[in-house]
Amino acid sequence: MIITTDITKNYGASCVVDGVTLSIPAGGVTSIIGPNGAGKSTLLSMVSRLMSMDKGTVTVDGLDVSKTGSEVLAKRLSILRQDNHMTARLTVRDLVSFGRFPYSRGRLTREDEGHIDRAIGYLNLVELSDRFLDELSGGQRQRAFVAMVLCQDTDYVLLDEPLNNLDMKHAMGMMKLLRKAANELGKTVVLVLHDINFASWYSDFIIAMKHGKVAAQGPADQMIRPEVLSTIYEMDIKVHEIGGQRISVYYE
Amino acid sequence: MPPELSAMASPLIGLRRRAWSRPVLVLLILSALALVSIICFMTLGAKGSWSFVLPFRGRKLLGLILVGYSVAVSTVMFQTATNNRILTPSIMGFDSLYVLLQTSLVFFFGIGSLISINADLHFLLEMVVMIGFASALFSWLFVWQERSLHLLVLVGIVFGIMFRSIVSFMQRLMDPNAFNVLQDSFFASFSRVDTEHLWFAYAVLALVSFGIVRMVNVMDVLTLGRANAINLGVNYKRTITLMLIMVSVLVAVSTALVGPVTFFGLLVASLAHALVGTSKHKYVLPAAVLLAIICLVGGQTALERIFAFDTALSIIIEFLGGIVFIFLVLRRTAR
Repeated sequence: MIITTDITKNYGASCVVDGVTLSIPAGGVTSIIGPNGAGKSTLLSMVSRLMSMDKGTVTVDGLDVSKTGSEVLAKRLSILRQDNHMTARLTVRDLVSFGRFPYSRGRLTREDEGHIDRAIGYLNLVELSDRFLDELSGGQRQRAFVAMVLCQDTDYVLLDEPLNNLDMKHAMGMMKLLRKAANELGKTVVLVLHDINFASWYSDFIIAMKHGKVAAQGPADQMIRPEVLSTIYEMDIKVHEIGGQRISVYYE
Repeated sequence: MPPELSAMASPLIGLRRRAWSRPVLVLLILSALALVSIICFMTLGAKGSWSFVLPFRGRKLLGLILVGYSVAVSTVMFQTATNNRILTPSIMGFDSLYVLLQTSLVFFFGIGSLISINADLHFLLEMVVMIGFASALFSWLFVWQERSLHLLVLVGIVFGIMFRSIVSFMQRLMDPNAFNVLQDSFFASFSRVDTEHLWFAYAVLALVSFGIVRMVNVMDVLTLGRANAINLGVNYKRTITLMLIMVSVLVAVSTALVGPVTFFGLLVASLAHALVGTSKHKYVLPAAVLLAIICLVGGQTALERIFAFDTALSIIIEFLGGIVFIFLVLRRTAR
């Protein structure tokens, strides 16, 4: 369970995350939705210690994120951001191998090799494993990064807008895979999403943010309702049930 | 990952590690070239007794290797720590700080200070100030956390210009004799390596190298960028600070020995990355060092013995390095 208590982040005079108190249940897929500038990514960055908070605490399974050693947390929680600017020239396999760094500090054991092979297989990267990352398409590179994070073998996997730059097919593939990781591997997947229909279809729990605060939270079927979504996004959103799933329609 | 996935494991073991052979091959070739340059440097055109020539040239050789090592390693580490391939410590004004230190010493205490204080003590003192400055600048930088690199670059360039301006101001006020002595020590010259601090410098470098060997794997992780490095459990602040301290020690060593060289580090670091073809530091670092040795020792030999030309190596190296710099900047904007 991830618990945030009154966490706050200011950039100069503007308050991006304003005293958020949340608990994200262990297991399943939790999506964080909300309009641009609502503080979703900042929240995720603070939970994953990439950013320090001005106030408040975050605990992951009882470990205080700002006090626990980074190397300890790296075995509990992993975070993948959307912009992965890097200077490195690496093969897919090299990248995935980095997922074992928290365990082996760079000296791979046989067991690590097994984890790497499995992560590569899990994301269908076997044929690409010796290709360099700069030779891959955006979607393939994204998959390689997700493989690294899965290879890290943490209970909690946090992803910041993992569907950015992916076409429908790859976006769907990515969500199915995360769903599978939650179901089969027992991971807790927390992700920031912009497309509320993806959130509706694939998540168990949805947290909606607005103006740095939690506007609403609850199980997916209670959150995907016209009255809830319309207030969050300040526009008219209709929800239809199609094939047992709630789909929002907001095009005019 | 739990056992149900083990079933899916690896029909792919045979595929692994094609990337291996190239870096190893590159390192072997570079070692051979470096060895040839060293042998040529020691033996070509030797007149007179070997018992004089070998120790005499040996001292020079050790100096050149030391400089090559410091410049190459400091540049690669700096580029890893700041996650960029264009900036180097010298572009960031590290060595102009060193020049400022030297100048203010002469300015305030006269030429005597360069000679009278115990040379090693003097060197140590300068290094402590260098490290102090670097740590101050970079801990300041961490207040801004992520928006930092461009800020850092700007700050570095401004500091570099400021230091250089103060230096030229002081030199204008200075006694011409003192100015002469000082000026001489600031022109990069590979043919007149200052061999005075050599043993001390080697001791310092041995210490730094020990740290580097221990950090090689962490440096690889840093090439993934700040967020990924923290995600993988690297203590980012501490690691970066430590690396930048090591960089300032290395820069102090090379600047003390030959004076400031701006683009040499960029030249060998870029070549090393291009030749090795991977970003693993266990390959890139030795490749950069070997390239630096080949450039310095081989270049010096070629100029001295073949072209009978003396002081121009630094000019040629800076010229080539400058071209690499322009190329990198242009390629970056083209993308």
